[in-house]
Amino acid sequence: MTTLTRILSTTAFKLAAIYLTSFTALSVFLFIFISQNTDDLMNKQVVQTVDAEIQGLVEQYAQSGINGLIVGVERRVRSPNSNLYLILDYSGNVITGNIAYLPEKVLSVSDGRIQFVSYTPLGLAETNRNKGEAIVRIFELPGNFKLLVGRDLEDQVHLKSLLGDALTLWLVGMVVLAGITWFFLNRRILKRIDNFSMSSRLIMEGDLAGRLEVTGNGDEFDRLANNLNVMLDRIEELMTGLKEVSDNIAHDLKTPLTRMRGRLEAALRQNLSENEGRECLDETLVETDELINTFNAVLRIARVEAGSTGVELQLVKLADIVKDVCELYEPVAEDKGVVFTVSLEDEPVIEGDRELLAQALANLIENALKYGRPDAGNVKPAIKVFLSGTDEQAILSIEDNGVGIAEADRERVCNRFVRLDSSRHAPGSGLGLSLIKAVVTLHHGELQLTYAGRPADSESDGQSGLRARIILPLSKGQRGEGEGNETWDKARKKNATS
Amino acid sequence: MRILIIEDDREAADYLLKALKEAGHSPDHADNGEDGLELAISNTWDVLVIDRMLPKRDGLSIIETLRASGDETPVLILSALSQVDDRVTGLRAGGDDYLSKPYAFSELLARVEVLSRRKAGPQVETKLQVADLVLDRLAHSVARAGQEILLQPREFRLLEYLMKYAGQVVTRTMLLENVWDYHFDPQTNVIDVHVSRLRSKIDKGFDFPLLHTVRGAGYSIRDNSN
Repeated sequence: MTTLTRILSTTAFKLAAIYLTSFTALSVFLFIFISQNTDDLMNKQVVQTVDAEIQGLVEQYAQSGINGLIVGVERRVRSPNSNLYLILDYSGNVITGNIAYLPEKVLSVSDGRIQFVSYTPLGLAETNRNKGEAIVRIFELPGNFKLLVGRDLEDQVHLKSLLGDALTLWLVGMVVLAGITWFFLNRRILKRIDNFSMSSRLIMEGDLAGRLEVTGNGDEFDRLANNLNVMLDRIEELMTGLKEVSDNIAHDLKTPLTRMRGRLEAALRQNLSENEGRECLDETLVETDELINTFNAVLRIARVEAGSTGVELQLVKLADIVKDVCELYEPVAEDKGVVFTVSLEDEPVIEGDRELLAQALANLIENALKYGRPDAGNVKPAIKVFLSGTDEQAILSIEDNGVGIAEADRERVCNRFVRLDSSRHAPGSGLGLSLIKAVVTLHHGELQLTYAGRPADSESDGQSGLRARIILPLSKGQRGEGEGNETWDKARKKNATS
Repeated sequence: MRILIIEDDREAADYLLKALKEAGHSPDHADNGEDGLELAISNTWDVLVIDRMLPKRDGLSIIETLRASGDETPVLILSALSQVDDRVTGLRAGGDDYLSKPYAFSELLARVEVLSRRKAGPQVETKLQVADLVLDRLAHSVARAGQEILLQPREFRLLEYLMKYAGQVVTRTMLLENVWDYHFDPQTNVIDVHVSRLRSKIDKGFDFPLLHTVRGAGYSIRDNSN
């Protein structure tokens, strides 16, 4: 497509063409209207003047006969810018007047009707015939004389041609100006659209980091480009996530599968005793279970991330869940020599899924148990679970006194299958935090990971310990009315029976 | 125990039939929903094991039909769909328990056996007894060999559940589901720790142990002394 055809096919150009056409039509109409009316008005005036003249001359003829009429006409002819006069005798000869030539047929109409004629004024050469336009009236006087009185229309013709020129100029100017405007405007728009197309083509070809150009002048193209860029950010994020997941699936699911396959193959090749065979099968079974667990976890996260499909949010008392889960894990912590403290400062009610919230908290506690070991050998590991609330939010925090997570890693650890190098040796799938994050997002909450405090040995200045904070919005009922309303009792009852 | 398995996967069904026979039960099998429903209605069963997705007739609709006709045979639903919400729909349709695939046979066996007990009638015994261990539901007290044992509320519920199904194997997942009412899989051995605490209270210092660990399956309270 050439630039011209592209310009012609743009919406802006089509609109401009429509406007231009209708504007031209209106202008022409207006011009015709004005010139027609002006013409009519002027003609009327001319006719009035002519009529008055005729009246005067007819009276003069009545008073003083043909000679008086001739004198009167001759006097009037001499005055500058005079009307047109002509007196003819009965045989059609000119007695006096200031007209050199008139078409024959004009003179034969002598009933006084208004006639538009071409004439040649007296004093012009024969070759310049029909030089003037005029309105004339011809009367027959008693005695077979004919009297012609008329008025030259030169002024009117002049005005008409003036108006015509003005219109032409006006139209040409308008078209040219509009053309120039639209050409440049279109070129600018087309250029930006071409830029967009080119950028998007590059992105489609795989350069996911590419973005559309934003000029910064805040026009509609900038807004569009901004929105598209945000969309591209999201797509890139998802693609990166997907790639990461597939890479990790490759690693985290394929590794145990390879191991399993190898073991089974080796078992087939060797002549195993019954006990050895049994042992091999046992190990394989354990590994299969681990794989199933990982698989279930991935599915569960996908499910939770997909949104509320199937998950019914109900009013739940967070404190009950915290109590349940902490009670479940307390003996484990104690067995591992971990100081486990729980403090429930508030009794927030939130809209949530009891099962998922419990699992999220269980994951956090399990993480703390697994990774929250302090560096210094003489310090006892400690886990603190803390539930508090504000008017709007419930805040659940789990703190340990381990090494914590460096700031640079905090965002990354919430991704699927991500395991920090320091924890790769410990059993686990790298899915715990992803699930927590998904659960918190489902509940419109926020997951914050920070350092819990200074390290236990307090010799270095750095910070240590992980504080995971889950901030969840309170249920509408509790935010509004507080304790004692019906829904609250229902939630309490539900948890009491469970 | 007569068990009907309605499952369309031939291999899985064969495996189940074989394993249940080995465990001393008499299982039967249907490989589609229509036949399954017919078999379920025309015979008496102790437990039905029904796959959720079946040819000809959906597993849930079989259960709904049975329940509508007043048949209260315990049903264990098997499903490749795991997760809580599927579980909830399954139980709402009238199922008694839910097991997601893939499962361990020991888990299925334990659940089937516990379900068959449920059919025997809702015994609201106020006292549960295994050998010299007595649990009084009304007084909320536990005693062994006449000697009172103090338990935490959760330990009491744990023991209550184990004793209710005394002699049968109870898996860790079943304990988490029934004693704590949670359905997720803890990565750590939380249940083991709770059970070992309970064990130290009811078995330590007495003549013979009552709370046994069943390798690869779970726990069981029974009197092995004689």
